[in-house]
Amino acid sequence: MMSLHDNRRWKPRLLECEIPASNPKSLQISKPKKVNLRPHFLLLKFAFLPGFKYPVAKTGLPLWMLGLDADRLRADLNRLLAFLFHQGILDEQYLQLQQLQDESSPNFVSEVVNIYFHESEKLLRNLRSLLMDREFSDYDKMGIHLNQFIGSSSSIGAKRVRNVCVAFRAASDQNNRAGYSIYMHALYFLYGCLRALELLEHEYCILKNKLHELFQIEQQRLLAAGVRYPMLN
Amino acid sequence: MGNMATQTQFHVLAVDDSLIDRKLIERLLKTSSYQVTAVDSGSKALEFLGLNGENEDEERNSSVESVSAADEDHQVGVNLIITDYCMPGMTGYDLLRKIKQSSSFKDIPVVIMSSENIPSRINRCLEDGAEEFFLKPVKLSDVNKLRPHLMKGITTKNEMQSNTNKRKGSEEIQSPDRTRPRYNELEVV
Repeated sequence: MMSLHDNRRWKPRLLECEIPASNPKSLQISKPKKVNLRPHFLLLKFAFLPGFKYPVAKTGLPLWMLGLDADRLRADLNRLLAFLFHQGILDEQYLQLQQLQDESSPNFVSEVVNIYFHESEKLLRNLRSLLMDREFSDYDKMGIHLNQFIGSSSSIGAKRVRNVCVAFRAASDQNNRAGYSIYMHALYFLYGCLRALELLEHEYCILKNKLHELFQIEQQRLLAAGVRYPMLN
Repeated sequence: MGNMATQTQFHVLAVDDSLIDRKLIERLLKTSSYQVTAVDSGSKALEFLGLNGENEDEERNSSVESVSAADEDHQVGVNLIITDYCMPGMTGYDLLRKIKQSSSFKDIPVVIMSSENIPSRINRCLEDGAEEFFLKPVKLSDVNKLRPHLMKGITTKNEMQSNTNKRKGSEEIQSPDRTRPRYNELEVV
């Protein structure tokens, strides 16, 4: 149970890294993650491309097996997306983002999602510092932050994060209007807000982890479908 | 230079304080083959148009032509303005009013976007001159609705231009004719 005077932040399990671009030209994987990345013949070529730091290993894997991996990964991707939609973590707006990505803008989704991560984490930090302030009374400011968060979440299709935010905003508006003046009530309200913030941070964490997973699979899929890479000009 | 005939792309000015929404609308518009300028506030939008909020004539005297998109004589013209409603400082509605009050820019179609579905707000914007009101998040199907408004602008401009051409043409035809009536008058007299 979290007390108001507990200055230790409940540290959400946020991954520090950004989502790498799905365009292999700017791929910079410094170390392989826990996901199973099977090195292939073709990847030896990419070891010599500038800026491409992929841990290349010799392999006896024949080229004809590349296609199988790409298909398997595509299936994994679709399965994950279906799961995310089913859980309500993402909605159709995310598909809209994917549709807007093409050869002229090959990293659009990862760019937008990275901006979303930066902005969201800033907003969450702001919300937390507002609520941690014992003399907190600026509900308007909290409302402004929440509005921004709601807007950006709905723009990328982060449905659950958006809904939690909307509930948070509604609750804080209502309590604000009720005009808590007694210290005990104010404390209770602030505690309630902190709990709401925790829930929001939790949902955001889930979203971020899942999006990272999504992008990782997409990256691997692109690597496995190596022959279809546009070569550097 | 700056001739309507050579201008193959429509130029849309997008206004939104949210970076994500700016990226989104920019991509949506570029996908539809529009040229896009995205700014983060109403005041920057007015600055870009050349309306400094003081004197409209200032734009003609201004030497900063590369930055402002003044009238058709300049190379960069704006064919449509799409703006978010909720913005700090100048709201999208304030921007709409300023555009419609300006003599040089009142004919530019303005579209408002908002994440909130408030009918009184929507009606007010439409009554005060907005062509469309989009609910966020904006989709490709919404952007497709912009084309008729942009085409309307082109037809008006073409009509104006062809009127001036017609006038010029008829004047040329008339000038040799003008000698005849004079000649006739002389004869009559």
